Amino acid sequence: MASGILELREVSAYAIGRRRRFFDRLGWTVSALAFLLLGGAMVWILAIILLSGFGSLTPEVLTHVTEGTGGGLLNAIEGTLVLALGGVLLAVPPGLACGIYLAEFDYGRLAPAIRFLIDVLVGVPSIVIGYFGYVTMVAMLGWEFSAAAGCVALAIISLPYISRTTEMALRGVPRGLREAAYALGANDRQVVMGISVPAALSSILTGVLLALAISVGETAPLLYTAGWSSYLWNGHLIKEPIGYLTYVIWAFITEPFESAHRLAYAAALFVTLFVLVISVLSRLLLDRSASRFRRG
Amino acid sequence: MSSASLVSSDRLRWRRISRAASFRSLTALSACLVGLVLVLIILFLALYAWPAVQLNGAGFLTQNNWNLGNLYGNPVTVHGQTILPGAQYGILFLIAGTLLSTAIALLIAVPFGVASAMFLSEGVPPPMRPWISFFVELLAAIPSVVYGLWGYVVVIPFLGHYVFPFVVRWLGFIPFLGGPSGSGYGLFTAGFVLSLMIVPLITATLRDALVEQPRELREGAMALGATRFEALWTVLLPAVRRVLTGATILATGRALGETMAVLMVSGNALNYLPGNIYTPISTMASFIVSQLDSALQDPTGMAVRSLAEVALVLCLISIVVNALARVLLYYQGHQVQRAF
Repeated sequence: MASGILELREVSAYAIGRRRRFFDRLGWTVSALAFLLLGGAMVWILAIILLSGFGSLTPEVLTHVTEGTGGGLLNAIEGTLVLALGGVLLAVPPGLACGIYLAEFDYGRLAPAIRFLIDVLVGVPSIVIGYFGYVTMVAMLGWEFSAAAGCVALAIISLPYISRTTEMALRGVPRGLREAAYALGANDRQVVMGISVPAALSSILTGVLLALAISVGETAPLLYTAGWSSYLWNGHLIKEPIGYLTYVIWAFITEPFESAHRLAYAAALFVTLFVLVISVLSRLLLDRSASRFRRG
Repeated sequence: MSSASLVSSDRLRWRRISRAASFRSLTALSACLVGLVLVLIILFLALYAWPAVQLNGAGFLTQNNWNLGNLYGNPVTVHGQTILPGAQYGILFLIAGTLLSTAIALLIAVPFGVASAMFLSEGVPPPMRPWISFFVELLAAIPSVVYGLWGYVVVIPFLGHYVFPFVVRWLGFIPFLGGPSGSGYGLFTAGFVLSLMIVPLITATLRDALVEQPRELREGAMALGATRFEALWTVLLPAVRRVLTGATILATGRALGETMAVLMVSGNALNYLPGNIYTPISTMASFIVSQLDSALQDPTGMAVRSLAEVALVLCLISIVVNALARVLLYYQGHQVQRAF
């Protein structure tokens, strides 16, 4: 009888065990498969962009401007640099100051409200910001399609990223550093600019780089603010459209000409490589800054 | 003598205080400026779209008739607004296209995102984890238009030539899967490309949350005899439910507003409600890009103002969605803080 009970237990334990083992294996298989499919699709995207991109590179791409649907990308490369750098430079001072306020002077009700507004602003579709730029700058102010309108649109997109990463970076600075500075008689400005910001500089830079990567990859906010031009930029801030790489990707891949496709692939290669390089760079920066306070 | 030094130290202190206060108020001002941007966006879009709002009324959201009117006709006055004869603006098909493509994207992205986050947090050997996670984060950084390029060059021919005809033939009896399989442009293709764009967001957020769960949760579960997968499935995953909800809503917001990729693969249908998953569609975001050129042909400007109303509606939807996600994630953060 005792052995019967034991047997019963063993049998039922064995049954549960098999079911559980099956469930366990199934779970790992499914999740691994999901990740492999996902990773496979991503490798596929990168492979297409890199292979077709490098296959389309010619010296002409870097030395000529766009002519019709052929020529090169010199104007677009120049325009992307002008727009992205201009946008980020516009966004850095207010973004940095905003991040400083949110991290260092976070009392009262203003800071949470602003943080909330910024977080929601991150989620506003870029085309909405582009249309806002069109309505205000292109139509109301009469700037027409221009570098200035494109830069401001990109600055609006960069602002929340720069603000929030600055805030996070400053929050990572140990409290003791600040307290020591205050104890020595430093005022707010001296503590922030002399202690907190230098200590968090590499993380802050990460946010700026991130904003730069996003700006380089944006298309929708530029279509109706920057317009498109197949000439080199003549330095006018308003009333003069400017070209950029992402426009070439969108507009030229649907053209029926081989030369247009080559330009689109080359533009996609430049944009993707730029974004990937910046991401890797900012990751390295972040790792370095993370190791800085590890002993503290 | 002593009083003089007191005065000077008072003055010194005052100068210090005022300088410190001015620095503080300068940063406060900048912060307000950044916060104000969102308010300004809504304000100016609403201002610009107001004549269109008055003209279109509630029919804007419920009717299916985007029509610029007779571009060569003499403008007429309707509801106090000057418009082209026959002009009507109803965007029901855009709302349908936006919601359906987002729904398809979520149906694909959430299961894949959860499964890969589980794999990344527990299944990958620890030394490889940061690298693979970094790879996932990189994918979130790839621009929308590059996904669009891939969708246009690779996904459309692949789905249109091989997958869709196969599905119609063997699974055509299921509602919305039957019917002509189309050319590859359309609802499902848009949803599929969108899903790839939002999966990294879900995976990265959820993986971080899983890794950050207290050790005790897993140790407790395994001490009770759970296998590693059971601990993950029955204890850790329910613990991050709220993060998953928040990340899903954030991903929804991103999918709703995604422009370039959808523009390149959706077929840009006009006034057309999808009958099956192969039907060409437009979304609100992609419609703004595809229509502004023709809207600019309208000499009364009402078409451009109606597009501003589309942008306003899209903006308000994304604000609601994002606010919801932030509130959820905020309370999650709150709980974690209180627990320690």
